[in-house]
Amino acid sequence: MSLLSVENLTVSRGGLAVLEGVTFSLHAGRALVLRGPNGIGKTTLLRTLAGLQPPLAGSISMPGEAMAYAAHADGLKATLSVRENLRFWAAIYETDTIDHALDQMNLRGLAGRAAHSLSAGQKRRLGLARLLVTGRPIWVLDEPTVSLDAASVALFASAVRAHLATGGAALMATHIDLGLEEAEVLDIAPFKARPPEEGGHKGAFDHDFDGAFL
Amino acid sequence: MIALLMRDLRLAIRAGGGFGLGLAFFLIVVTLVPFGVGPEGAILSRIAAGILWLGALLACLLSLDRIFALDFEDGSLDLLATAPIPLEAVVTMKALAHWITTGLPLVLAAPLFAVLLHLPTPAYFWLEVSLLLGTPALSVLGTFGAALTVGLKRGGLLLSLLVLPLYVPTLIFGAELVRRGGEGMAVQVPLAMLAGITAATIALVPFASAAAIRVNLR
Repeated sequence: MSLLSVENLTVSRGGLAVLEGVTFSLHAGRALVLRGPNGIGKTTLLRTLAGLQPPLAGSISMPGEAMAYAAHADGLKATLSVRENLRFWAAIYETDTIDHALDQMNLRGLAGRAAHSLSAGQKRRLGLARLLVTGRPIWVLDEPTVSLDAASVALFASAVRAHLATGGAALMATHIDLGLEEAEVLDIAPFKARPPEEGGHKGAFDHDFDGAFL
Repeated sequence: MIALLMRDLRLAIRAGGGFGLGLAFFLIVVTLVPFGVGPEGAILSRIAAGILWLGALLACLLSLDRIFALDFEDGSLDLLATAPIPLEAVVTMKALAHWITTGLPLVLAAPLFAVLLHLPTPAYFWLEVSLLLGTPALSVLGTFGAALTVGLKRGGLLLSLLVLPLYVPTLIFGAELVRRGGEGMAVQVPLAMLAGITAATIALVPFASAAAIRVNLR
């Protein structure tokens, strides 16, 4: 069963198309890793999928209320403790428990510490633990393992595996090897948008110029 | 939604949260006025209503840029925008949290500060009524300015320029209500206008603020 399917999607950054014709589907129990050089539009694609910006063209289909998005920034409140940060997101997503998230991301011993006193890697683990408390089946992750050490990457990989085993799916953009051999890899470089002269999607500026000179 | 309110209140009272800043600013403004215009009771009591309202308005303005900017910087605004609660509800809860941490202390402390300005005795009651009715509008309108300038570096001044004109009706009718109440005149018109402005603001502005945030997050 396909949880997320994307068809012929064109995404834009600052009014200019960066990727076009992106087509893929993500099935339950599968992980998909997006790869491509810097600036190709991985983050833009993920933000579009998360609904933070509208696509220029194409369609995204997925069940409602199914996605949990994790961006570059973890969205942690520095003066709240680890437990308070997680409790907050659990309340927002109306899930009941944060214990499994604390255990899976090895944060149990840090639960009472304020988030500002955590190291970069510990903050990242807390950010990933947030995904676990959302209870959402589709994870959309942007560079999930930045600043994690090898042990924490393994911890993350096992959390993703556990998520996949329960019928979830994960879409990740990363340059770092995640230790998830079973994940499919999609190189999005071939979807790079063509310039408008070559038949690519016209950006907001091209339309305006057309109008101005007609 | 309640969780969001509780989080914002908790953040406000923790270190660096800015709780009480508005109140301290209000106190300073009010104590500076007699230095500027002289300690004459007759003059002070005539301008007291206006000064108290201006002080409340400026104190409210002081903390507006924190409403969304902090959440934008640490990435939680992105996450809240993708969370299952609508952005309009996020905005409303943020406005409520701002009012509880800024507007409500002003309402409670205003009678004390009014003593410093020789506010006429019958006006105290109307001062409380007007602030209680008017300050929620200040917080809600503030979310609109904060939403428009979220993501702008040092958008604080721009925020003030955008929001202050929107505060004018509330200021006019709020101060007028206190003045008329103090002089024993009929208060129905400013009272109804003040309440109406606040009700309309609460009903409509969260949609505008949420739309502005969506555009700014793109």
